[in-house]
Amino acid sequence: MMLKQESAVKKENLGSQYKKDFPILNQQINGKSLVYFDNAATTQKPEVVLDAVDNYNRNINANPHRGAHTLSVRATEAYENARAKVKDFINAERAEEVIFTRNTTESLNLLANSMEALVEEGDEILISLLEHHSNILPWQQLAERKNLKLKYLYPDQNYRISLAELKDKLTDKTKIFSISQMSNVSGTINPIKEMAEIAHQKNALVVVDGAQGAPHLKTNVRDLNVDFYAFSGHKMLGPMGIGVLYGKKDLLEKLPPFLRGGGMIEYVKEQDSTYAPLPEKFEAGTPNVEGAVGLQAAIEYLEEIGLDKIKEHELELTKYALEKMKQLDFVEIAGPLDLEDRGGIISFNIKDIHSHDLATIVDSEGIAIRSGHHCAQPLMKFYGLNSTGRVSFYLYNTREEVDRFLESLEKVREVFGYES
Amino acid sequence: MNLDSVYTELIMEHNKNSRNKHSLENADLSEHGHNPSCGDDITLELKFDGDIISEAAFTGSGCAISQASTSIMIDLIKGKSIEKALELVETFIAMIKKEIKDQQELRKLKDAMALKNISNMPARVKCAVLSWHTLKEALNERK
Repeated sequence: MMLKQESAVKKENLGSQYKKDFPILNQQINGKSLVYFDNAATTQKPEVVLDAVDNYNRNINANPHRGAHTLSVRATEAYENARAKVKDFINAERAEEVIFTRNTTESLNLLANSMEALVEEGDEILISLLEHHSNILPWQQLAERKNLKLKYLYPDQNYRISLAELKDKLTDKTKIFSISQMSNVSGTINPIKEMAEIAHQKNALVVVDGAQGAPHLKTNVRDLNVDFYAFSGHKMLGPMGIGVLYGKKDLLEKLPPFLRGGGMIEYVKEQDSTYAPLPEKFEAGTPNVEGAVGLQAAIEYLEEIGLDKIKEHELELTKYALEKMKQLDFVEIAGPLDLEDRGGIISFNIKDIHSHDLATIVDSEGIAIRSGHHCAQPLMKFYGLNSTGRVSFYLYNTREEVDRFLESLEKVREVFGYES
Repeated sequence: MNLDSVYTELIMEHNKNSRNKHSLENADLSEHGHNPSCGDDITLELKFDGDIISEAAFTGSGCAISQASTSIMIDLIKGKSIEKALELVETFIAMIKKEIKDQQELRKLKDAMALKNISNMPARVKCAVLSWHTLKEALNERK
């Protein structure tokens, strides 16, 4: 018993200890100290990320790959160092397999546009109903443009997609299989490695939306053996406006460019052009170097702590919150109730109260949570939900904050005149 | 932020037990309104006697503010002419945008004045104005 208590105390200190590194978290919102539980939407930046971006802008800024002058060379170095860091972070084989984009959405749009070259009328694209709109709409558009069939994997009652469902829906015509590593609504973690293996047996290309995965799960793209992997910097302590598309080199080489313009060419003639090699081929226009520098600092910060340790802390909070929420009869949870293959995201509803009202009232207590359909309308419809509230945890959250959140749920009921 | 100034008794009452929330048989006009970013979704149904709105009701789902705002709006516009209703819509939207200096002008909004404090909550403005925009669309079709 003693041991258990001690470890609980240690876990608690973990969150408070990291919280100190994040200046934004040290403020009052509506007269209460801020509790930030909207990490699946975007995360906050530690001092080291703010400093790295500031230092870049104060001392290094220039257009990379362009000028012969010293600053341009330094900016190029900074940008390419960031690329090398990302390569190591996801264990890609080569740096040129890392394409910088704005975010996951742009990475997936790039793919859906350029993969047009690899599909023919009558082919099939397979995605799941757990997807965020950014992993649905680009494929809808590709399907429409090329007259392809867009098919869906359906989750079970427990918000999970079975391998049997995947085997059932894959056909010889499936050319693209695109799936999220972790659902932004239910927190479900998909068995990507097994799924990729099954899809590859049918020769489908495997695309993974890692927006919720990369920030929380140690990811090794070569071990998972996925063909493409997309994620965003701002969901993992980095700046907004910097994202990544990883692709296997031979596949990226087969794809035509997405955006065209400066920086991505080899020769430009009046009527036609040839393109630069990877990764520049996919990076038209002046890139977001300060964003890449900030992302590098964020990765270094996360790696110093260790993603496994962070995930353990998040799961501890999730377990605690779920146990308490299950005891409240006015709370309905939209997601797996167990902790297996699950991340630190809890979607839920308060009986007879709309999630927007819930979010407003909780905000009056200084607690930031998300409400709405979470850019996943097909999923919401499937489970008969109009909207949900959502809390999502990261390293700087604490058990004490979860307690404050739970107390605020009682207040929500009170404001609406229900006895809790 | 003072919650009591937003979730007033009137708003809570309209949200919980709106007498205006039902479908209207043989409606002359039905208009759908939707906030794509948050999912509030209403269908407004109207009956006319000449250019007078003789009956109005709504169905749908959404937060307390969107539902109450719709119900209060219906109370206000029933029995009014199309022209008068459109004028009230403009006044309401101007109130939420804080464009009205003369507070006397708001009196014609009656109970809808209770939604005035939403103008201090940018994230919820769209909930309050949904039904009013929907009504405007509907009436402009009828004109």
